[in-house]
Amino acid sequence: MKDLFLPIIIIMILVVIFQISKASEYVSVLKGEKKARKQSNRINGFLMVAFLVLGLFGAWYCNKLYYGDMLLHDSASVEGVEIDKMMLVTIAITGIVFLITQILLFWFSFRYQERDNRKAYYYPDNNKLEMLWTGIPAITLAILIAFGLKFWFKITGDPPKGHMMIEITGHQFGWDFRYPGQDGIFGKKNNQLYNKPAGNSLAVDFNDPESHDDLRTTELHLPVNRPVKFIIHAQDVIHSVGLPHFRQKMDAVPGTPTTLWFTPRFTTEEMKTKTGNPNFVYEIACDQMCGKGHFSMRGVIVVESEADYNAWIAKQKPEYYSMFPDKDPSKQQTVAQDTTEVNEQVPLAQAASIN
Amino acid sequence: MSSVASLHESELQHAGHDAQHEHHQQSFLTKYIFSQDHKTIAKQFLITGIIWAIVGALFSVLFRLQLGFPESSFPILEDILGKWAPGGKISPDFYYALVTMHGTILVFFVLTAGLSGTFANFLIPLQIGARDMASPFLNMLSYWFFFIGSIIMATSLFIQTGPASGGWTIYPPLSALSDAALGSVRGMDLWIISMAFFIISQLMGGLNYVSTVLNLRTKGMTMTRMPLTVWSLFFTAILGILSFPVLLSCVVLLFCDRNLGTSFYLSDIIIAGKVLPHEGGSPILFQHLFWFLGHPEVYIVVLPAMGLASEVISVNARKPIFGYVAMISSMLAIVALSLIVWAHHMFVSGMNPFLGAGFILFTLLIAVPSAIKVFNWLTTLWRGNIRFTPAMLFAIGFVSMFISGGLTGIFLGNAALDIQLHDTYFNIAHFHLVMGVAAFFSMFAGLYQWFPKMFGRFMNNTLGYIHFWITMVGAYLIFWPMHYSGLAGMPRRYYDYSNWESFKQFGGMNKFISIVVIIVFITQLMFVFNFFYSIWKGRKVREANPWDATTLEWTTPIRPGHGNWPGELPEVHRWPYDYSKDGKEFISQITPVGEEETGPHH
Repeated sequence: MKDLFLPIIIIMILVVIFQISKASEYVSVLKGEKKARKQSNRINGFLMVAFLVLGLFGAWYCNKLYYGDMLLHDSASVEGVEIDKMMLVTIAITGIVFLITQILLFWFSFRYQERDNRKAYYYPDNNKLEMLWTGIPAITLAILIAFGLKFWFKITGDPPKGHMMIEITGHQFGWDFRYPGQDGIFGKKNNQLYNKPAGNSLAVDFNDPESHDDLRTTELHLPVNRPVKFIIHAQDVIHSVGLPHFRQKMDAVPGTPTTLWFTPRFTTEEMKTKTGNPNFVYEIACDQMCGKGHFSMRGVIVVESEADYNAWIAKQKPEYYSMFPDKDPSKQQTVAQDTTEVNEQVPLAQAASIN
Repeated sequence: MSSVASLHESELQHAGHDAQHEHHQQSFLTKYIFSQDHKTIAKQFLITGIIWAIVGALFSVLFRLQLGFPESSFPILEDILGKWAPGGKISPDFYYALVTMHGTILVFFVLTAGLSGTFANFLIPLQIGARDMASPFLNMLSYWFFFIGSIIMATSLFIQTGPASGGWTIYPPLSALSDAALGSVRGMDLWIISMAFFIISQLMGGLNYVSTVLNLRTKGMTMTRMPLTVWSLFFTAILGILSFPVLLSCVVLLFCDRNLGTSFYLSDIIIAGKVLPHEGGSPILFQHLFWFLGHPEVYIVVLPAMGLASEVISVNARKPIFGYVAMISSMLAIVALSLIVWAHHMFVSGMNPFLGAGFILFTLLIAVPSAIKVFNWLTTLWRGNIRFTPAMLFAIGFVSMFISGGLTGIFLGNAALDIQLHDTYFNIAHFHLVMGVAAFFSMFAGLYQWFPKMFGRFMNNTLGYIHFWITMVGAYLIFWPMHYSGLAGMPRRYYDYSNWESFKQFGGMNKFISIVVIIVFITQLMFVFNFFYSIWKGRKVREANPWDATTLEWTTPIRPGHGNWPGELPEVHRWPYDYSKDGKEFISQITPVGEEETGPHH
């Protein structure tokens, strides 16, 4: 019975509305079409202005509620800072156009509602006016296009020298990460070698000596202020590496490796204080629908100081040794590896060698 | 009781009228089912569209329940949906099926077939002074192919593995591999077959509309004397003819990849522990082909909306539409540009960035003709004498939505900003406002405006006003907040956000939106009730031209028979926007230009 309570109320409200509507129609027939129209005109004219005022208030209120969350505080990448500026400029320009046009729309509707003594003004054309509102949008858009192209080429262009590289592979429903090791070169992959039960789920060709120092990790750690380039793969369907805090995103396409790069500005710890959220983490969100687990395809990025990063990477073991434990030198001798130089100077040409 | 009597007094009179104009004796089957009368076909498209709209909207209510109340369960859902909602909670598989079908149904079946199909069929012959379409038979087939497509799509909802669930954009490999998603097992095949019928239907319709406009205009109806509705439907048809065939080839190749072992879109895939033999295909190729239709498609939706709004605004503001020629040329510019902007949907697909640059340029250029149209509508309202009929309210609402949704297109078209906003709620807000709500508003405007011509009765005004104001407020309450969560990067098509540190703060917003969605949905049901109730019980139309409009459809009898005009076809002497000219309320298109009339004469 309790479940039926709400539907019954709704149906009763609808019935009441219907009865009122029917009654008002009879009234309008009795009063005469013209008179009834005038009355409803006044009400709707008033509602037009009321909607404008309340709507603008609502927009302001929504802004007050969400503005902080919206811009995610600061861009967490160096490149994103300029994008954020461009975003603000675009918000300002479109905001002004929005206010002018919406205010005119509802104000005209209210101001020029039907009156007995009003005659509509026959005004079919004015070339000057039309030139004006062809020209101004065209110029404004030209400016936006110019800045847009500049930043677009910058962030899709080559990363600065000295960047590190990380391979990120999407599959249903998770991410795998691979660091190229000391040589800065990823070992080759070959799908035919895929063997998940044996641990080779990334289909790495371990006959390629360059794979021997590659690190496969479950977490993604980045040193702060060092440009990083992601080489992005997908194994099954299209995924997308979405990095909202870094203002970056790129699809992971099976058969076609893609790349993106950025420079983290703040460590995870710094972001915790900046956002006031003690649980803050940088998240990788899959942004291309990839099946029933799409919503759970989450990755975590830890940005830390150079020293912390070096300490973490030193603890990682090459995948080659976990595949072939007998080759693991640490099992035979205890030679301390100097990993502080890992990835320091990575030749740019390597992107091509990965595939 | 006298008022009731006055509502229906002229019923007998009209019945007599109708019989007179009947050209030939018709059985129920030829008059209502396999009719070749463009007006009946229009109503068939409309009513099929309304049924699909209810289904599509209901799906959105279901997935909004999950988004708004991820912690709750609704036992009634399990009673209705069975295994798709175990324990009263929609399963992820079903959630993605709902999202997919919501998009497919509304974009194709409602806003393409329901909108163009209804108004192109209904208005083109009536407004250019033709007795019917160029090929009434092809026109009838157009509806029945749509009907078959609809039946197949509806069937896919009931198969064991469920309907397609890869998003309405059906990107392979997700849609190509049955291991990738439950909906890709069989539902996807039915989706493709259904769409093939739908596309054929669109082509038959489109060819008909174009040849009718070009060949069957009555005497004096030059191209530049056509109402903007006809212009917009004409452009829409051309755009459909140019782009829909590409979608057909696109999905046929997908069908081959799915069932014949080809590799058009597939390469280097490991799924469910198996290495697939497909080599050499490209999923990005699919996206190019899909969006080659997919982008023009949004203009196929929004151009008729612009045309309907232009007409309704002009009639009810009692003013000529401002800048008639500019309105036509801006539509032409939109048609041309819309064919070369498709890859702005693919800025983060891994496409060459240099290629992207060209698409940024053309995409933002589209804002110019759109801006011209908006300012022209505003100027049309300026110094008018506005009658707020429900149609007019929805037309004004259309302009408001078009502005709000259009402006955010400037963000998304600019690739550097799109990277951040792509596939987030910002995008959802953008396209729902500009092509979803706006197009629906225009469709409502058109229905309230031409309902008297369609059925010889009015819809209830008070229900119309309530319908408008709740929908208007509701649409903004639903989509405005989404811009904010989108700017924060909240991805679309997520089943649950509660495990995400970056997005879970929007839980409250999601709940609020879901509640508004339910209210707006109920309001739309009220509209549907008003629509069907008024067909039989609405206030009767007593004068041939109830809106004091100039266009030809109001020179026909109140309930025109097959053939539209009982005697000779009317002759046209002027353009359709002579409102408030020379102190006259309006001058019909069939009135010859008077001696003392001021120029210019169109």
